[in-house]
Amino acid sequence: MNELRTTLYETIVPGGGHTSFVLKRGQLLRLTDLEGGGNASVLLFNAAEKSERLNLPDSLKCQHTVKLTAGHCLYSDMGRVLAAITADSCGWHDSLGGVLNAAEVQEKYGQGRYQELRNGFFRNGADNLLVEMGKWDMRLQDLLMCLNLFSRVDVDADGCFRFATGNSRAGDYVELYAPMDTLVVLTALQHPMDPNPQYAPKPIGLTWQQVASDGISVLCRTSRPENGRGFHNTERLFI
Amino acid sequence: MPIVPSDKHPEACISRTLIPAGEPSLTELKAGQTLRILDLEGNQAVDTLFFSAANPRERYDVQRTLRKQGQVYLSAGSVLWSNLGNPMLSIVADTCGRHDTLGGACAQESNTVRYALDKRYMHSCRDNFLRASLHDGRLSKADIGHNINFFMNVPVTAEGGLTFEDGISGAGKYVELLAHMDVIVLISNCPQLNNPCNGWNPTPAELLVWN
Ligand SMILES: [Zn+2]
Repeated sequence: MNELRTTLYETIVPGGGHTSFVLKRGQLLRLTDLEGGGNASVLLFNAAEKSERLNLPDSLKCQHTVKLTAGHCLYSDMGRVLAAITADSCGWHDSLGGVLNAAEVQEKYGQGRYQELRNGFFRNGADNLLVEMGKWDMRLQDLLMCLNLFSRVDVDADGCFRFATGNSRAGDYVELYAPMDTLVVLTALQHPMDPNPQYAPKPIGLTWQQVASDGISVLCRTSRPENGRGFHNTERLFI
Repeated sequence: MPIVPSDKHPEACISRTLIPAGEPSLTELKAGQTLRILDLEGNQAVDTLFFSAANPRERYDVQRTLRKQGQVYLSAGSVLWSNLGNPMLSIVADTCGRHDTLGGACAQESNTVRYALDKRYMHSCRDNFLRASLHDGRLSKADIGHNINFFMNVPVTAEGGLTFEDGISGAGKYVELLAHMDVIVLISNCPQLNNPCNGWNPTPAELLVWN
């Protein structure tokens, strides 16, 4: 499949960093856990109508899963596919853990202010996502459940959580294909349930690729009949 | 699944409100008041959102709630946390034992994906949420986040699967919530006819409030 792709741009989001951009229809974003043990907290929006947002409950119930991996689609509240997970070397991405806010980060890691630590200060997922969302004129109400790429949280028979350490190793990657223009908001911070008591977020590599054929989405489109209908709804945007 | 009955008597409550099958409800609860949501006929899904009455931008936060309790199901003892990190309500009594907060609300758009494209024009919870919110004026589409489904059973498997199961609720089962702040309670008494979440037969629910 690589011969059908053109790499458009590459960059690295350092641990603690945040960014946002429009992944255009037909483009693919590869996220790479460069050092292992990384985590990327991600929100998705329809770039043309940002009131249309990633809806994780719809994504989970449409596909009868809480773990997200290759073959799964990430749905908006309007029944459309904001991104399809077309490849994944990791096997499990978390939909349960969310992000910490400033008070929760201080409780977990202690005080880490800019005044003493400069740009090594302790950032938090809620503020990082809000800062990026604010740049696109979105607000607190738009901060819903986020996806935590590269992390795995197991649920036992009683419903109790256990964070799986070592889910992602150096070089593991996940690819998101956009069947519509999708605004991606993300931050590279530790998963809230990561038991490491040190604030030590890891960098995430980002690679944008142009895909010559939407054949890359066939796996997602055909993995369940629901996803065929999700792509149908998405393609109606372009008639 | 802890079963914790209430010692409260319906005769002592200050209000009783029937929510017919498929209808929305928007009510308020003062800090210190207790709300009972009563599944009158059994197997009904009561899709519920909570907002701070003082600042409706503060609302129930599913991921923070699950993370803080280290548990995927809600039942007696669960604290419902807000997006600003404040406790909003606690579940203080529960004769059902398990409630879902991952399945979200049904919508015309998700019905087309889940069931069939021609299910679009069936009634849905999101329609109810929007109707009640826009009439009330304090809430809009942006506020409609991810809700609790009281009385609904959505087990998570060890392999990360999500299943929708019929029937752990029954006629007369209830859940009671103690409010820690003044809250707006937005409910859609689910009209879903396509899955077992309400036994393919939506039925009325009742709200009781105690001081
Ligand atoms: Zn519903």
